[in-house]
Amino acid sequence: MAEPLLAVTGLSRAFGGVQALAGIDFSVDAGEIHALIGPNGAGKTTFIHHVSGALRPDAGSIRFAGADVTRRSMHQRVHAGIARSYQITNVFSRLSLVDNVALAVQGRRDSGTSFRFWRPAASEAGVFAEAAGYLRQVGLADLAARPAGELAHGEQRALELAMALATRPQLLLLDEPMAGTGPEEAERMVDLIEHLARHVTILLVEHDMDAVFRLADRISVLVGGRLVFTGEPEAVRRHPEVRRAYLGDGA
Amino acid sequence: MGFYQPAPYQKAAARLLLAALVALPFALEAAGQGFYIGLVSRIMIFALAATSLNLVLGFGGLFSLGHAAFFGAGAYASAILMAAGVGEAFVAWPAVMAAAGLLALAVGAISLRTRGVYFIMITLAFAQMVYYLFVSARAWGGDDGLPLAGRASLAGLGLGGDRAFYFVVLGCLALTLFGLGRLAQARFGRVVQAIRENEARMEALGYPVFRYRLACFALGGALAGLAGALLANLTGLASPSLLQWTQSGTLLVMVIIGGVGTLYGGVVGAVVLLLLEEALAGLTLHWHIGLGGLLLVIVLFAPRGIAALFGGRRG
Ligand SMILES: Nc1ncnc2c1ncn2[C@@H]1O[C@H](COP(=O)(O)OP(=O)(O)O)[C@@H](O)[C@H]1O
Ligand SMILES: [Mg+2]
Repeated sequence: MAEPLLAVTGLSRAFGGVQALAGIDFSVDAGEIHALIGPNGAGKTTFIHHVSGALRPDAGSIRFAGADVTRRSMHQRVHAGIARSYQITNVFSRLSLVDNVALAVQGRRDSGTSFRFWRPAASEAGVFAEAAGYLRQVGLADLAARPAGELAHGEQRALELAMALATRPQLLLLDEPMAGTGPEEAERMVDLIEHLARHVTILLVEHDMDAVFRLADRISVLVGGRLVFTGEPEAVRRHPEVRRAYLGDGA
Repeated sequence: MGFYQPAPYQKAAARLLLAALVALPFALEAAGQGFYIGLVSRIMIFALAATSLNLVLGFGGLFSLGHAAFFGAGAYASAILMAAGVGEAFVAWPAVMAAAGLLALAVGAISLRTRGVYFIMITLAFAQMVYYLFVSARAWGGDDGLPLAGRASLAGLGLGGDRAFYFVVLGCLALTLFGLGRLAQARFGRVVQAIRENEARMEALGYPVFRYRLACFALGGALAGLAGALLANLTGLASPSLLQWTQSGTLLVMVIIGGVGTLYGGVVGAVVLLLLEEALAGLTLHWHIGLGGLLLVIVLFAPRGIAALFGGRRG
């Protein structure tokens, strides 16, 4: 079998006395949607932070696309092909939508350096056309000129996704993309993720179990910083420990 | 704050102002008030220094309390070069800017690893070190500062006359403002402004945040160095008072009352502060109190600075 796109080995991290991650072995194969579920405080966001490079582990290693990225900074990992969205919406609220996405396009290595001091960035038609394309893809084309801070919550989640896509990732880390959205918006987000998954590998952290079972090729369950199970969705449904720890016995 | 965008009439206003400033020395001389040419030069030099801080603080979002270190170092560097016989501005001033920029690069490389109040304190600490370094160096005049034997020349032309020197200062200020207006709308300017808004998000978009901040900090230092060189040439002295932390404070006050993150904030702040100082000092010995009161009024009624009252979108 080919090497997985993302291979995490023995990843551990403590915050003071709290062991947030305890020896996690985890992998994501190229092309799959791998869902990571678990109760609140299980360590899911902390795990995403470590894969994206926002935090450094106490122990363990992270390999991505055949290279050890454990010591690489976040911006280096973005250039290597790892993009993320945030559980708590994190966009430039005073900038227009298209400026938000254009920043993501401009930050890409193939867009050239940003140590350019003279030419107005707004005159770079290529960058803005591409940014508009990503907005169209997530259904926000009509709002391109609006400040991001004025968007409804669900629209901001979609903007997050457009910014992540604009970095042209190989691996997309989505931290609860449905959090706080209404049923209709959640439905649209599921469709969107399904569509994106044709081109990009996705690690999906999500509480909405309907969405998880619809989207995921594999599911991993994190409880108290330990990975208790990884397998196909059907096996997860049946697994007694998972039912007890997370789904509740009625599920 | 969003990205910097010039107000619609800004270009026309800038041209008008430039024309007025070109005519001013001739008008002053005709009116027999040539003395004021030096005062206006001084104001423009401080406008340049405050503008360089506004690049760092307003656009880069870096609250440095050590900007005077680069201002003063520029003054000393030009005096040292003059003493070494380098009086040609086209040679000396780029060298001064490089020296001040390198000093800022070194200070920034360490301070920019900290955030918030630590950054404020560490930039202050570095500036104090630079201050004591110059004050304790006997060869550089110690407490008395380092006098310049004469003014620099520009492409061989002497700048001893107040009018000639005025035009050099005006040229430096105008070019800086023009360049900064370009920079603020170019890729680099957008990146540092976006970092000011949300540094973690920029890192997550693939930007090496530290490198952009450092470049912004060093560029601000280099421009402050140029202002320092101009001031030393105007007054004929590289004074240690230029390096004092109170000088950093004065520049900060100029930027804050003028408008943080506006292109002309530094200029407006320098003009207002120095003219008030001049006017009030003539009226009363207790002018500091009056100045404090006026600053209070400005901050209360124009919390985003005077330049922001004129509609130019903040950077
Ligand atoms: N920066 C931090 N400092 C201290 N404790 C933290 C920090 N981040 C997370 N934790 C703790 O680590 C555990 C896992 O948190 P988190 O990763 O946010 O869980 P999840 O995303 O699964 O809800 C929690 O107990 C949380 O309180
Ligand atoms: Mg979480």
